Amino acid sequence: MRLEYFQMLDAVVEIDRSAATLKAASRVPLGSPVFEGHFPGHPLVPGVLLLETMAQASGYLLLALTTFQRMPFFANSKSANFRSFVRPGDPLEIAAKRIHAGSGYAVMSAQIIREGECVCDAQMMFRLVPFPAPELQQHVFSEGRRLGFLEEG
Amino acid sequence: MSATFDAVAEIISANTDVSESDIKPESHLMRDLGIDSLAFLDLAFEIDQRFGIQMPVEDWMQSVNQGDVESEEFFVVGSLCRQIDALVAAKVAA
Repeated sequence: MRLEYFQMLDAVVEIDRSAATLKAASRVPLGSPVFEGHFPGHPLVPGVLLLETMAQASGYLLLALTTFQRMPFFANSKSANFRSFVRPGDPLEIAAKRIHAGSGYAVMSAQIIREGECVCDAQMMFRLVPFPAPELQQHVFSEGRRLGFLEEG
Repeated sequence: MSATFDAVAEIISANTDVSESDIKPESHLMRDLGIDSLAFLDLAFEIDQRFGIQMPVEDWMQSVNQGDVESEEFFVVGSLCRQIDALVAAKVAA
């Protein structure tokens, strides 16, 4: 996890396309400028970045399900629950599931688990649109390879 | 009023600031009820779930944007209800 670069996931460990589920892993860094402000003497991963982490897991699942032909853009979250503090060094598992495949959109649920405990969960909606720029598509391909679920080539 | 209209009006009022009493069969979702594209996605999700269908919203938008049909074909409440009924009937027949 590199908070300053919005690289919230370290690896995708499992994708089940028939069940439309994904599991990813990430470890919170021990140090980050984010913790200097959030909060002095009491470093915590901001809830908005936990939501982003769940959104990225959901987004990569949608990319896999659309064979990287559509870019998922985060549209809304009607429900996000932050149940426990997430601190530097915490090992995280992120689970995402598509709960509805619409026409041009998808609704996802996700949760972050630390050592068996659900620390946050959310339901999110994404718009699925053609890639607006080839650079973005290349970046997403590159990230897919970094995360280990997209073959070289 | 049809059961479909009642259900759609309930979904619209539950997911937007529009009062159910202001929703008429001739109401245009965007022009009359002020529903924007994001709010429409919420409605599409609720309608898909309620009726067990997948409204082909992308195809509809493409048809409208290409000038093949007027937006009233899909985005007036009464027309939308007819589209939903047709999708439900097609699903039952399949």
